[in-house]
Amino acid sequence: MTKDEIKVAVLQALKAVAPEMDEASLEPNASLRDQLDVDSMDFLNYVIGLHEALKIDIPEADYPKLSTLDGAITYVAEHVGAK
Amino acid sequence: MPALGADMDYGTLVEWLKKPGDSVARGDIIAVVESQKGAIEVEVFENGTVEKLIAKPGDKLPVGATMAIIHGPGEAGIAPPKAVVELLAPLPPSPAPQIPAAAARVATPQPSRAHRVTPAARRLALQLRIDADALAGTGIGGAVSIADVEAASRTAPAPARPATTMHAAPVAARPAPTMRAAIGAAMARSKREIPHYYLSHTVDFEPGLRWLEAENLKRSVAERLLYGVLLLKAVALTLREFPELNGYFADNEFKASAAIHLGVAISIRQGGLIAPAIHDTDKRSLTDLMAAFRDLVRRARVGGLRSSELSDGTITVTSLGDQGVEGIFPIIYPPQVAIVGLGTVTTRPWVVGDKVLPRRVVTASLAGDHRVSDGHRGGLFLAALGRLLQEPEKL
Repeated sequence: MTKDEIKVAVLQALKAVAPEMDEASLEPNASLRDQLDVDSMDFLNYVIGLHEALKIDIPEADYPKLSTLDGAITYVAEHVGAK
Repeated sequence: MPALGADMDYGTLVEWLKKPGDSVARGDIIAVVESQKGAIEVEVFENGTVEKLIAKPGDKLPVGATMAIIHGPGEAGIAPPKAVVELLAPLPPSPAPQIPAAAARVATPQPSRAHRVTPAARRLALQLRIDADALAGTGIGGAVSIADVEAASRTAPAPARPATTMHAAPVAARPAPTMRAAIGAAMARSKREIPHYYLSHTVDFEPGLRWLEAENLKRSVAERLLYGVLLLKAVALTLREFPELNGYFADNEFKASAAIHLGVAISIRQGGLIAPAIHDTDKRSLTDLMAAFRDLVRRARVGGLRSSELSDGTITVTSLGDQGVEGIFPIIYPPQVAIVGLGTVTTRPWVVGDKVLPRRVVTASLAGDHRVSDGHRGGLFLAALGRLLQEPEKL
């Protein structure tokens, strides 16, 4: 997977829990929870969405690494083997 | 028209899902009703056969109005009806004379329903913040369909999403005006009629969270538990010993409920909240409770809550989640007689044995109804809840 493909997948997982999200105004290094007002249930659904779309195992201890857009892209790239 | 909680006084029939001659069983969904709380699936409370559908899609009906006639098994079609689909008794009228219920209704803006909007289209429109009633329908019978909403979303400017909740523009953060008015009316009634007392108790949540983290290590992503589920189960189990907090106050009398159906306050992304019940919360395993909770949150947000879920709550739990603050002073949801608040989990210096250690703690609060219980019993309840949370393996 390329980084761009990973970014699309991450944004899709986010969009599923925050349908009104405006991708263009998303700060890549700021907390997704703050920007999108997601609660713990939304965050869990976002992680489940990533897990199902990308077939990667995500231990609970790694959840903080998924808390920003760039962090999530980096994390996924390390686990799916990005080109 | 069923009453879907204290804050609903009318509903608009969206569609019938059964037709005359269909047999129905208790729990079947017979109709979809649009209420101040969004699209609600109405369940049947009796077994029988649909004799006649009286209400028509688009009809706006007061709570208690007859919508359909169902006759019981074995009854002839012309026999007196077994059940009228006025499935639930309307709530007793508010006895407060100074603010008649009608006044609250006047304040409720009632959107015109000149034409039909399918439930799926309404859900999508709500998510996209599009006024479905303002769209021209191209679906069956001129109904506004998903395609119409999607078309409108392509032409409409992208809705502004506040960068953070703190900076939310008032307009963007405002829920549907009918839901806000419904919440206001129910909370005003609560504060007018219920003499609240308040208690709070901060509990060491470290044992519970450590147990949960170890448990979640064994579980796949989709099966992991949120700590909120641990708290719900603990509240439900503790309530077994405190019947005076679990039930309804109606007709100047308290009726304790044998069943424990926790209403769970769920915030709606567009603003506002709704508190549907998880039936028999105390009897469910944590895994089952997590699945039920996840399903409930999803349906609260996209639509599809059932009438029984909105009317059966015997007490409510409201949780601030992990973006909030330490404590909450909640308002009882009538006709219930208590509500439990759970603050955000925070790390605090805590005395454990003879040492001061950093521990994650949670503040549980209780608002009780003085007509039914006193602070003494309420305090015992919170203390028992705190003790149970020190033994998470019992949950």
